Amino acid sequence: MTDVTSQPAPVTPERNVTGASITLDGVVKRYKGQDKAAVQRLDLEIDAGEIVAFVGPSGCGKTTTLKMINRLIEPTEGRIFIGGRDVTREDPDKLRQSIGYVIQSGGLFPHWSVAKNIGAIPRVLGWDKKRIAERTEYLLDLVGLDPATFADRLPKDMSGGQQQRVGVARALAADPPVLLMDEPFGAVDPITRVRLQDSLIAIQHELGKTIVIVTHDFEEATKLGDKVLILSEGGHVEQYARPEEILTDPATPFVEEFVGSGAKLAYLTVSRVRDVDYDPVTTARIGEPAQTVIERAKAAGHTWVVVVDAAGRPRSWPSLTEVASKPEVSDYLDRRLPVVAQSSTLNDALDAMLAASQGATLVTDGRGAVVGSLSIGSVTDVIQTKLAENHAAEAAPSYETYVDGSDPTPTPVVAAADDTATAEPS
Amino acid sequence: MSRLRRVPIDVWFEPIIIVVIGVGYLLWYRSTTFTATEQASLGWSNLQSTIGAHIRLTVVATVIVVVVAIPLGIALTRPALMRFEPIAVNIANIGQAAPAVGLLVLFTFWLGTGFRTAIVGLVVYAVLPILQNTIVGLRQVDQRTIEAARGIGLSAARTLVQVELPLAVPVILNGVRTALVILVGTATLSTFIGATSLGTLITTGVTLFLPKLLISGAILVGLLALIIDWLGRLVELAATPRGIS
Repeated sequence: MTDVTSQPAPVTPERNVTGASITLDGVVKRYKGQDKAAVQRLDLEIDAGEIVAFVGPSGCGKTTTLKMINRLIEPTEGRIFIGGRDVTREDPDKLRQSIGYVIQSGGLFPHWSVAKNIGAIPRVLGWDKKRIAERTEYLLDLVGLDPATFADRLPKDMSGGQQQRVGVARALAADPPVLLMDEPFGAVDPITRVRLQDSLIAIQHELGKTIVIVTHDFEEATKLGDKVLILSEGGHVEQYARPEEILTDPATPFVEEFVGSGAKLAYLTVSRVRDVDYDPVTTARIGEPAQTVIERAKAAGHTWVVVVDAAGRPRSWPSLTEVASKPEVSDYLDRRLPVVAQSSTLNDALDAMLAASQGATLVTDGRGAVVGSLSIGSVTDVIQTKLAENHAAEAAPSYETYVDGSDPTPTPVVAAADDTATAEPS
Repeated sequence: MSRLRRVPIDVWFEPIIIVVIGVGYLLWYRSTTFTATEQASLGWSNLQSTIGAHIRLTVVATVIVVVVAIPLGIALTRPALMRFEPIAVNIANIGQAAPAVGLLVLFTFWLGTGFRTAIVGLVVYAVLPILQNTIVGLRQVDQRTIEAARGIGLSAARTLVQVELPLAVPVILNGVRTALVILVGTATLSTFIGATSLGTLITTGVTLFLPKLLISGAILVGLLALIIDWLGRLVELAATPRGIS
């Protein structure tokens, strides 16, 4: 087996969209005893097969709007269409069975096993046992959990991230065209969150559902959303556009302020790993003779080898010297291995490298198989190119073009006690 | 094996006490001689029917309380009826706060003496723990779990039966166990209104000054209460779904 990955895996040529469009037509939510409407006359068009992220400060009505789509909250006025069908008059239970719903930390039923949780709606729909079992296995595999290990587990015996994955599997159980997610990744640690986000992007790429996701994290919104909807108080639409557009051309001062500091490294959060040239790697299977692996790596001019499992997922990343220390390739699993997906942002990649104290990170495809490595150099190159572009675009005077005495601003002071050990005693 | 080690202390400690007291009483019962009057109450066949009557009183009352209080508790946690909850809990509270003897005697004026009146009195007395625990048990179910159930398309009824009730089971059963234990004790009082129970032994013992009757009645009621408490605990453990602890 000589599987030197030389080129990034080909991107799926055409996407099959199984999602449905969502249209909000003059939707209003007014609570009893409150003068101001929680959501004031909202019109929104969500295309089939897109991920739309609702983002805004708390109290902006983003969750209310999401819950009006599946009528957990009944709109006071207005109509909602899913796939062209007016759902405001449908039986709410039937409607919700055809819409996936994911909440923070999964919202799993604690007294049911993973398989029973996933089968909840198929059972209501009267599917036979065999079909439910097959569907459960397929979904667990899709969300990256081994069916044999996890099907009979109870939610309390799983990590937050795993529970969240099961939550997504359960939402997809009846193959709904639309998936609604209410701050799904709010309760997991940053590294897990990045993995879950990439996993969601991969699932979306494979299934082509329409996904609406509510988040308070603008960076998450730009990463996940094909489009981002920024709301201010009362469900007022500040901007509804592609993330790049929001970052480069904020529509209102509100957006500008909301985007705020996130925009400074904006291109790191909108540029994906797949947009950057990452390097090929030499892979080795567990149990291969060390010598053949070393020869293969040398032929490709590599000094490091990525050990992968049968599915091509990375386990460790030893140097040739390390490989030579054992006669066969070991099945050692490096738990701190930096790994990002092609859909990860450059920001995620930098995080992964810093967390692992490494100068590079491995890049995997939608199924977790390794496709190459990304070095910190490639990332800084991108930053430098971007900076150069920005400089060219800026009209501000430079050292050379400045006319002496035209800007009386005093020298900015940037100072701090830089060595506390020698700081003078008070 | 590791399952056994995780068995809580009350599951194995209580039977030890029960066995010690039970064996002690049995040894005494076998060795002592009874006078004719004592024999009339403490003879094995008489004693058997007295214990039987006591258990029947307790169990019938409990079944009725469960049938009344659990559905009532469920109804009072539904959004439409939630506002009646304080009223219902207060009425149940009065039922329990009123002295049990008084309650039983009052009911005789209305319903006459006998088994049926005793049952009514006991039911009124024991509604509160089950009602309260049903309400508390349903209310402590995580709102987000319920929201998730409704959100993925389970109807309100399905959410109640498949999610809320199983998650509330430990608390509800705890209420049932409390009610049972209260009823075992309170059933002794029904002897005042002409229903046979272990209380009959005690009152006869007091009025005729027969300490053997008095003590037998007291010990047997105590044993019965402990046994029922223990059985209740076992049911509680068995019925608690895996995954909630």
